[in-house]
Amino acid sequence: MSISRGTRIVLTVFALIAFAFIYVPLGVILINSFSVDKNLTWPPSGFTTEWWGKAIDNQGVRDALVTSIGVGIAATIVAMVLGTLLAFALGRYSFFGRESLSLLVILPIALPGIVTGIALNNVFTSFLGGLTIWTLIIGHGTFCIVVVYNNAIARIRRMGGSVEEASADLGAGGWTTFRLVTFPLMRSALIAGAILAFGLSFDEIIVTTFTAGPGITTLPIWIYQNLFRPNQAPIVNVVAAALVVISVIPIYVAQRYSNADESGGGLI
Amino acid sequence: MTTTTATPRGFGYRHPQFRLAGLLAAPMAWLVVVYLGSLFALFLTAFWTVDDFTGQLVRTFTLKNFQQVFTNTAYLSTVVRTVSIALLVTLFALVLALPLAFFMARVASPRWRPLLVALVLTPLWASYLVKVYAWRAMLQPENGVIAWFLQPFGLSGPGYGFVGIVVTLTYLWLPYMVLPIYAGLTRLPNSMLDASADLGASGGRTFRSVVMPIIFPSIVAGSVFTFSLSLGDYITAQIVGGKITMLGNVVQTTYVTNLPFAAAVATIPVVIVLLYLLAVRRSGALDNL
Amino acid sequence: MHTKRLLKIAAIGSAVAMLAAACGGSSSSSSSSAGGASGGASAAASAAPAPGGTAYAGPVGTGEGQLNVLAWPGYAENGSTDPAVDWVTPFEKETGCKVNVKTFGTSDEAVKLMQGGGWDVVSASGDATLRLIYGDTVQPINTDLVPSYADIFPDLKMQKFNSVNGVAYGIPHGRGANLIMWNTDKVKQPLDSWAPMFDANSPYKGQVSAYDSPIYIADAAVYLMATKPELGIKDPYALDQTQFDAAIALLNEQKPLISEYWSDALKQEAGFKAGSNTIGTTWQYTANLAKSDGIPVDATKAKEGATGWSDTWMIAKDTPNINCAYKWVDWIASPSANAQVAEWFGEAPSNAKACAETSDKAFCETYHAGDTAYWKDVYYWNTPTANCLDGRTDVKCVPYSEWATAWSALRA
Repeated sequence: MSISRGTRIVLTVFALIAFAFIYVPLGVILINSFSVDKNLTWPPSGFTTEWWGKAIDNQGVRDALVTSIGVGIAATIVAMVLGTLLAFALGRYSFFGRESLSLLVILPIALPGIVTGIALNNVFTSFLGGLTIWTLIIGHGTFCIVVVYNNAIARIRRMGGSVEEASADLGAGGWTTFRLVTFPLMRSALIAGAILAFGLSFDEIIVTTFTAGPGITTLPIWIYQNLFRPNQAPIVNVVAAALVVISVIPIYVAQRYSNADESGGGLI
Repeated sequence: MTTTTATPRGFGYRHPQFRLAGLLAAPMAWLVVVYLGSLFALFLTAFWTVDDFTGQLVRTFTLKNFQQVFTNTAYLSTVVRTVSIALLVTLFALVLALPLAFFMARVASPRWRPLLVALVLTPLWASYLVKVYAWRAMLQPENGVIAWFLQPFGLSGPGYGFVGIVVTLTYLWLPYMVLPIYAGLTRLPNSMLDASADLGASGGRTFRSVVMPIIFPSIVAGSVFTFSLSLGDYITAQIVGGKITMLGNVVQTTYVTNLPFAAAVATIPVVIVLLYLLAVRRSGALDNL
Repeated sequence: MHTKRLLKIAAIGSAVAMLAAACGGSSSSSSSSAGGASGGASAAASAAPAPGGTAYAGPVGTGEGQLNVLAWPGYAENGSTDPAVDWVTPFEKETGCKVNVKTFGTSDEAVKLMQGGGWDVVSASGDATLRLIYGDTVQPINTDLVPSYADIFPDLKMQKFNSVNGVAYGIPHGRGANLIMWNTDKVKQPLDSWAPMFDANSPYKGQVSAYDSPIYIADAAVYLMATKPELGIKDPYALDQTQFDAAIALLNEQKPLISEYWSDALKQEAGFKAGSNTIGTTWQYTANLAKSDGIPVDATKAKEGATGWSDTWMIAKDTPNINCAYKWVDWIASPSANAQVAEWFGEAPSNAKACAETSDKAFCETYHAGDTAYWKDVYYWNTPTANCLDGRTDVKCVPYSEWATAWSALRA
């Protein structure tokens, strides 16, 4: 389709405006992380790198970061296991209730976080006696499943069953086939899914506030508690700016892995 | 959709049901027992009440909570307000995302595409809270970024309220709308567009009659995110909404003293989202998530 | 196919069984509360044993090494708000109890968090204390184990909101009034009345900041006590239906004036800085913080009277860290710590000896620590019950649960 030159120009200008819209707030955060003011006044009256130094030293931030990473990894593992199992079940078999199940998987992420949060909170406080770090991991794992599931099932559908059949014809047993044939084909999809799941868990605040035990502070909880505190707000800006900068790495990695099969065909 | 059964020759081969059951046992236990179970338990509490004084649950069946929600105009207007916000956010996100995705998929050279996608994805990694807070800073009536721009014109910043919520939510969920549409557009085979042109269709006609129907599922997939995420949000309303409340706020403030009532209110967005998902399933959008 | 279905049925069946168990085995608290609830705020003359079980017999031994504290912002400072403001770290050093503090914005939050479990001590205001006591969430306190208790001002001990049937349930912390705060750059004349916050013709329309909690209805009632004496309101927490409806009507009239309702004190402060709030109802704590952050504000008690609070440290019913809990309540009520909290937060201390320890020697005078006349028109937060708190027996008053319902409808 040939797009007229006029349309091209309009679209390009529009895209520039759209990207500006996307990045101006992030720019504000970045600039504020260097601002002398403790409240979010604009324009900043001066600049300093003091907050970056303080953020690195801040024990609260470090503890929260460690907690978030730990919970993220645990939730990702849960999501990977359950999501992959589900993807195989729904992608390779047809059975009664398959459509409903595929709808069910999406629910934790489609339903409002607060509903999931208070539902889980209600069950945990009534039956399990209280909230701990495990209730938090359960909460996160639940909505991370769908992310891994989506990536895995897309890959499974594209894979087709012929490769596995060929492997079986050559005499490989079930586990060997999985280990040497299926898994390598799936790997990039699983990695992409894992990165997305981790990102989702890392940034989650709503379900977290309802399922984390007392004293458990993930990074988003720390941010929520310190957003308005004049002495801590600049550090929050620093943390945010750092997150954006560091996140380039996982995005790049996820991109590479999901693009690997974009160009048609699997890795064979 | 392949329906091949497992091929390796073992117990699993001879009994595919067991293989399936084995695969499904763990996820089902988790999703059905833990997740659905807790949702069901919450739904049950919507039919109970709390003791007047101590706030402990009283487990006698009553429809009082639902009555309260549906007969009080204040709550009904909150429902309307929340749904309007969700619809407006979806609309604005679409208006912004469609040209942007089109630019990324069709106008920009293929060399740039991975970078553009990364640029769209990056904001998702900046903390949700901080982005909302950044908008709070930008929307401030006196010292905000927008106020700063408008000052030469003698105006002050927009402040916090309905507009602030819609703008912020649109900003937050924009990537969720851009990416599915972009993916849909890249999957569009060039041959179709050539064929359409060969048949004499103008660019606009091709767009309306060929491109749009094909990417419609992607648009719907994006809208699932923007709609449902906006419907349940309450933190954004707290930070940039001023005194405006959304359904999520009502749930959040009442679950503290009156869980049954909060549960009753919470069923509203759940029902709306479920209906939306069921309607959307037919369009095949759910496969595009 | 069969197995799949069987599995599904089994899963759903187990979920249902789980729920049936929940329905069947109702918690004992709902039955014990039925006995105490009818008594209301006044000492319940029920023959039932004191809620919350028996107090710790003591003696207070070595700490368990951990303490989870639920506190109003400013009550348990550990240096994170201001490095120079810290009375938690010295406590940790002296007792070995590592403290984990969580702040809450309203009493409702406090009650819910306590009911959720995991917290050892809580600083509860009068509108939370009775709910915690009758909800079996806190335990009676053995005041013999708290040396600081002896020096607490007598008019704070064994009050309606922190004791039942002569049994004490907590250690008094401090008291204060809810003040009106204004931006001195924009408001030329110092305010002394609640009128600009409620009057439809207020010059500050759209810039008023009010407290986001059902208990704020009492503030409207206090204003009505002065402006509509014909309603006959004597106690802002004892409102019959007519009086209650009048208060709600006033709050509905106030709604267009509001910029933001606040439950996070610091968010209110940020609003004053951002220019979205010009006047509002506040705590001295917020005003102090705002001034120290360079925001031009001032605050005072309005002439019509005000709501206020008198807080009590309470110990959770089945806390595993009982020794650390007792050490904490003794520490926070001791003259030195009590003085530090009072000065930081901006409230009158509960310990009479704290007055000698404040860095500002006139502090207790400024905050009317021993001035009973000042507190006469300060109505401490209390828990409204169907049995009118002001003693009327000819009408039924509106209980707190309906306050909460009306408030959430107002805010919707």
